[in-house]
Amino acid sequence: MDFLTIIQILDSTLRLATPLLLACLAGLFSERAGIFDIGLEGKMLAAAFVSAAVAAVTGSVWAGLMAGIGASVFLALLHGLASITFRGDQLISGVAINFLAAGLTVVIGQSWFRIGGRTPALSGDGRFLPVEWPFADALREVPIIGGIYSELISGHTILVYVALLAVPLSWYVLFRTRFGLRLRAVGENPAAVDTAGISVIRLRYSAVIIAGVLCGLAGAYLATGLAAGFVKDMTAGRGFIALAALIFAKWRPWHALYATLLFGLLEAIGNRYQSIEILGITLPGQFMQALPYILTVVILAGFVGKAIPPRAGGEPYVKER
Amino acid sequence: MDKMPKWADVVLIPLINFALAMLVSGLVILAIGKDPIVAIKTMIEGAFYTTNGIGYTLYYTTNFIFTGLAVSVAFHARMFNIGGEGQALLGGLGVALMSLWIDWPHWTVALFFATASAALFGAAWAFIPAWLQSKRGSHIVITTIMFNFIGFSVLNYVLVNQLRPKGSMDPATASFSPSAQLPTFNEMLAPLGIEFSKHSPANVTFLIALLAAFLVWVLIWHTKLGYQIRGLGHSDTAAKYAGISSHKIIMISMLISGGLAGMMAINNVMGEAERLVLNATEGAGFIGIAVALMGRSHPLGVVIAALLFGFLYQGGAELALWENIPRELVVVIQALVILFTGALDNMVRGPVERVFLRLRGGAS
Repeated sequence: MDFLTIIQILDSTLRLATPLLLACLAGLFSERAGIFDIGLEGKMLAAAFVSAAVAAVTGSVWAGLMAGIGASVFLALLHGLASITFRGDQLISGVAINFLAAGLTVVIGQSWFRIGGRTPALSGDGRFLPVEWPFADALREVPIIGGIYSELISGHTILVYVALLAVPLSWYVLFRTRFGLRLRAVGENPAAVDTAGISVIRLRYSAVIIAGVLCGLAGAYLATGLAAGFVKDMTAGRGFIALAALIFAKWRPWHALYATLLFGLLEAIGNRYQSIEILGITLPGQFMQALPYILTVVILAGFVGKAIPPRAGGEPYVKER
Repeated sequence: MDKMPKWADVVLIPLINFALAMLVSGLVILAIGKDPIVAIKTMIEGAFYTTNGIGYTLYYTTNFIFTGLAVSVAFHARMFNIGGEGQALLGGLGVALMSLWIDWPHWTVALFFATASAALFGAAWAFIPAWLQSKRGSHIVITTIMFNFIGFSVLNYVLVNQLRPKGSMDPATASFSPSAQLPTFNEMLAPLGIEFSKHSPANVTFLIALLAAFLVWVLIWHTKLGYQIRGLGHSDTAAKYAGISSHKIIMISMLISGGLAGMMAINNVMGEAERLVLNATEGAGFIGIAVALMGRSHPLGVVIAALLFGFLYQGGAELALWENIPRELVVVIQALVILFTGALDNMVRGPVERVFLRLRGGAS
């Protein structure tokens, strides 16, 4: 494997990790506030469709992005309505949101564009285009550093950099601000937060809305950055891989970055090679596909460092018992 | 005192929830510029007016009875098994291994062994999540979701690399041996003088599904084990003080659940396709969640809800054919049913309870 191949694989790792990272941070905010979110997949899918559809109609990817975030936040509010206001089962609500997005995107897509549930191919201003960093072209020929700078660091769409910046930002918000402290407290012990005179409901709604915005970015990136348009079921389980990464990261922002980069790397390798030989054993491509899920089960089992979710996760808060 | 009579809880509320789901679906149909009345008419005609339509409706119903029962049994122990899809996929593998090479003396023998094998494979796929939940506290919802994906990869590997006939590009097994073919409704009803469509996939498995529903009813409400399962589901501390081993009950209920999901494969793999294809379950494992929620986890409710979803599925296919409304409309309806009956249940329950309290207050 030569240097250029490695750079290319790492480059596509970063691209493929971006939607996972955004969705993973979405789950992080929601679950740290005590709201389980298995509807990441559905929110991403809805955002992917709406952003591609609006970008195709208006020709502006920014309008698409805003509309995609809007769709995702709408579903997030539905999740909030079910799990915060009506104290329903958060897991069942998440399942419903996934199916709602899977069905509606195709039904509406077919009736709007009549090309089998896809949106028209996006081009020009309808897509997020790569951002070339200064001197990227000039430095391209410099050995090692040139390759890393102009291939790996430069030349991604703006949302890739947004996702990377979202990591320190999330860390700062969650661990260095009053809002973050309260948000984490509401996921561990909502009664204490309530006793302190802070609204549990408002905090939890803010958390699901933040999750909606982040999933919206993830979905819009899928349809307008990574690909050039929406196709049916294009999230293809990424919401669940993000969920797996969240558990893998044990609900911490920086670890979320590492986990999603790892899963992105697995996907990039799986896309490039049909099967891989390690130590004389041939691993089939299907194994690479399943690896994120297998790793998550192993981590959940607690054999390699136990993953302990926020204590009040999944429990609706009832003021008086 | 209960806030409302039992019939309101088991009949009225699911009906209101379902009506709300249908209302929103109707709005979706309106929004895409179609007529909901025409749509529902097309669905009913397509699902019930011909024996072919009825055959398809009952074929889908059979799938959903199995997966609905699977989710229900786990619900009684307060386990949420989202892994029905993966368990049914693996059940298909169990059926295929029994039906590909063995020359059975009679289809009943083949059916017996294929059913046992399907249940075994489905239960095996539920085993690890159940064990991890019980012993290591790993959340069953997350592990069963992960096992759906792992199951898909396993099946993909087995079909592409092992079971695919030489020279075939299609990731599917060869056709099953003729001795493993199940009688269809057409063959079963002919001796009775009833003419049933030859092309519909409904087969003898429908009766097995009804039998399974009856047995689940006996298990949950008329055996000691069922009592223990419900006991654990109501309160794990109470169950503990009553001397019920939560580990044992979690394992048993999840294995039964996985086995039931796996048994779906005798319908879709052995009864219909007569070979194992990659995406044999077509989401039936997930519809089981909607069916169990609507049926209030009672076998009779599950059968009725499964019939309803069978109708929606077959009707949805007709809609795609005649009205140019994509089949995914059924997924939307399914999502809304799960949303209203499962997650937004309190939204309907609260006002209905208040109405009953007021009625009672007025009477006394």
